[in-house]
Amino acid sequence: MTKLRFSRKQLCIPYAVFLILFVIAPLIVILYYAFTNGEGKFSFSNFSNFFTSTNTLGTLFYSFGLAIVTTLVCLIIAYPTAYILARSNIKKKYVLLMLFVLPMWINFTLRITALKEILSVLEGNISKYPFLNSVIGMTYDFLPFMLLPLYTSLQKMDNSLLEAASDLGANRVTVFLRVTLPLSVPGIISGMTMVLLPSMTNYVVLDMLYNSEYIMGSLIGSYFSAYDWHNGSMISLVLLVIIFIVTLVTNRFSDKEANTRGSML
Amino acid sequence: MTKKVLRYGWLVLVLLFIYIPILVLAVYSFTNATTVGGGTGGFSFKNYANLFKNDEMRSMIFGTVALAIICAAIATVLATLGAIGSFYSKRVTKSLINTLNQVPVVNADIVTGFSICILLIVILRVDKNTYIPLGLGHIVLTAPFAYLSILPKLKQMDNSLYEAALDLGATPAQALFKVVLPQLIPGILSGFMLAVTLSLDDYFVTTYTKPSTFDTISTYVVNATRGSQTETKTALWALSTLIFLLVVAFVVVMNVLSSRKRRERV
Repeated sequence: MTKLRFSRKQLCIPYAVFLILFVIAPLIVILYYAFTNGEGKFSFSNFSNFFTSTNTLGTLFYSFGLAIVTTLVCLIIAYPTAYILARSNIKKKYVLLMLFVLPMWINFTLRITALKEILSVLEGNISKYPFLNSVIGMTYDFLPFMLLPLYTSLQKMDNSLLEAASDLGANRVTVFLRVTLPLSVPGIISGMTMVLLPSMTNYVVLDMLYNSEYIMGSLIGSYFSAYDWHNGSMISLVLLVIIFIVTLVTNRFSDKEANTRGSML
Repeated sequence: MTKKVLRYGWLVLVLLFIYIPILVLAVYSFTNATTVGGGTGGFSFKNYANLFKNDEMRSMIFGTVALAIICAAIATVLATLGAIGSFYSKRVTKSLINTLNQVPVVNADIVTGFSICILLIVILRVDKNTYIPLGLGHIVLTAPFAYLSILPKLKQMDNSLYEAALDLGATPAQALFKVVLPQLIPGILSGFMLAVTLSLDDYFVTTYTKPSTFDTISTYVVNATRGSQTETKTALWALSTLIFLLVVAFVVVMNVLSSRKRRERV
């Protein structure tokens, strides 16, 4: 029996080794490169470059601004949608939900191409509204990431709680504000993280919609093209720290079950 | 009544936002038009013919699909073994692997791609043209999601079946392959499908690790939008429409299959 337990456990060795070699080691290398210069000597210059340059700091703020606006727009569109879908008693609810997330499986560059054509028709010259178009593009891309966790948390909500609240005299608005909304906070937090982080980095959406502003991802892209591994690593490190903080803060609240991309499958 | 109208009105509005671009592009892909919104120049299959005639595009599509399937298969095997192994491990090992697995999940794809590029291409000097960095990058990107879809199936599994198999004389290996693995198949399949779709959708890991002459759909489309070749642009409309139709067909088939299964159970 002990021998058999041992052999079953051993099955995880290849995967553990794989994760250490190709997930952890690359991150350690990033840390090393962020604090060294071209000659391999320890240096703070990449660090000070990032935090003293108005260019990179401006990029950081622009990224945050774009990401926060995108996240809020996604939330405003997705919450009522998820609420209606989860609370309604339509028979084929599952099929309807499918309709909302189905585009997720079409390559995002092709979807943005389609959106770009429509925006060109509506706006004439799309380079006139770079910020607006980037928000629309990212919302178009990331809406399902917001919708799914919200739907999951609203769907599994215990109906008797809502009935109890209205039996005890709460009107519909109070029931929503005091019961439904607080109970859906985990879904909101999950959805927000899943939109916030990609919208700080997915510079392809901006490129394709002719927004020449930089976001954090574009900095990595431009350092990559310039073979500047050290400054590129610094940007990656800054992103890692942001991701780490966001994960730490949200882990408390977020809905573990709804936290994965494509949890529909 | 007005409430109902409002509700359905909202859902319809959101669906319009989601589907108008895709559907308009689909309609225009069957015409001679070179821009959306203008005259159509009549019905034509020209874009579809171009898509299949053009060697570059054909090999790009084939390459994307082959990369996705091969990497997803390797990722799924690794993740399945990892999930089984960690499920039966001590709590410390289990939580360590779960945490490591979570890193690429929460990490931005661009950081994953860039860090793999630095380690493999810059430091270890692995030749990009061997496809090794690209393949490893896609496995790193997809395996953790496969792992996450297999793990719940292990938790739901009835452990007494495994014990029963051993009591009835099966060797541990036989019990694993004939009793444990079959119970995991739904999780493994959905993990594989998720891995395939993530790999197909990826842009960032691909850009930072691919050989310079190789393109996936994502990198090809981004390059094509920078260029101004109309024929390429409109052929991509056709590609987008074909993928849309494939996804719709897939979803319909899956729904029919699962509702049939549900009916059988009842």
